[in-house]
Amino acid sequence: MASAPVLLSKRALIDRSYLEHRARLLDVASFLDRVERAGGEGADDFRMRAFHACCALLIDGKPDRTQRILELLSDHTREPIAHAHTKSATGAVPPTSAGAR
Amino acid sequence: MYIDPHIHMVSRTTDDYQRMALAGCVAITEPAFWAGYDRSSPQGFHDYFRQLTDTEPKRAAQYGIRHHTWLCINPKEAEDPVFAREVIALIPNFLACESVLGIGEIGLNKNSRNELEILEAHLDLAAKHNLMVLVHTPHLEDKLKGTRLIMDAIRNQGRLDPGRVLIDHVEEHTVGMVLERGFWAGMTLYPDTKCTPQRAVDIFEMHGTERLWINSAGDWGQSDPLAVPKAQLEMRARGHCESNIRKVSFENPLAFLSQSGRFKIS
Repeated sequence: MASAPVLLSKRALIDRSYLEHRARLLDVASFLDRVERAGGEGADDFRMRAFHACCALLIDGKPDRTQRILELLSDHTREPIAHAHTKSATGAVPPTSAGAR
Repeated sequence: MYIDPHIHMVSRTTDDYQRMALAGCVAITEPAFWAGYDRSSPQGFHDYFRQLTDTEPKRAAQYGIRHHTWLCINPKEAEDPVFAREVIALIPNFLACESVLGIGEIGLNKNSRNELEILEAHLDLAAKHNLMVLVHTPHLEDKLKGTRLIMDAIRNQGRLDPGRVLIDHVEEHTVGMVLERGFWAGMTLYPDTKCTPQRAVDIFEMHGTERLWINSAGDWGQSDPLAVPKAQLEMRARGHCESNIRKVSFENPLAFLSQSGRFKIS
């Protein structure tokens, strides 16, 4: 399958999008700070454990970060579950599932 | 000019039709989906199918937009197979309607056995009537597994040409496997889940533009009925040529949907 090249140069991409993603990075940092400052339960929430693991992938220097993060957040089991007890997804694999990586 | 091949206009205002027309939308297709609550009877679906086949085409036509639809009971209401089969039994009554393109959006939600049973019943109905299929893949952590299960179910059924099936809501971890198996793939442009316009353009750059389309899947949740023209803008800003922009936002959906023999643009 022929793929189209990235048409803008590194510099042009950075010039165009750096500030937008700097803001998003600060959003992530402030979210982590906010959760840390908050009281109550949730210190060991499975979603936050997954979130921290994803953050590590961002700076491992390897390509395909988006795909690898999505795979890290995915259920990897192969068989249908017996019953759907909810309609919702959580965004990370719950610890009760056998599908967590 | 563009086609939005997946949008839930029953959840949108008439103002959205106007804004879409102003942005260049000439045609849409609207799959049946979950209303945000479970219907209490099959008759509720009968009324919904009337809305999709009668009311919405008229509303869209006021703004020069051609409206088409896909019918099914969505996977979020498929956990009760007896109820779901009663709804499926209603669908043939609507197949003579010229704006019905096929069965959709069928698929899985939590990847349960009951959902899979109802997916297979829909696939049988599509094969029996030689209909095209629009597939919904699950959300978030359930998408990878669900996409595999859905593609296996279609392969095991054996009577549907993958070239007449579009698997929607692909992301970076599923797009490759969908295209490799000969299906068409759709990218849904959402603010928080699925793809942003920026990531959709990344996927075009990595996987090419064959058998891929973009849609807004605008509905009652956080979504943007102008997401397709915004992705066009993103492509333009990143230096993509007009022919490529037209291909992914107009020619590709036109090519896929025209296989139905019923798809028309205004």
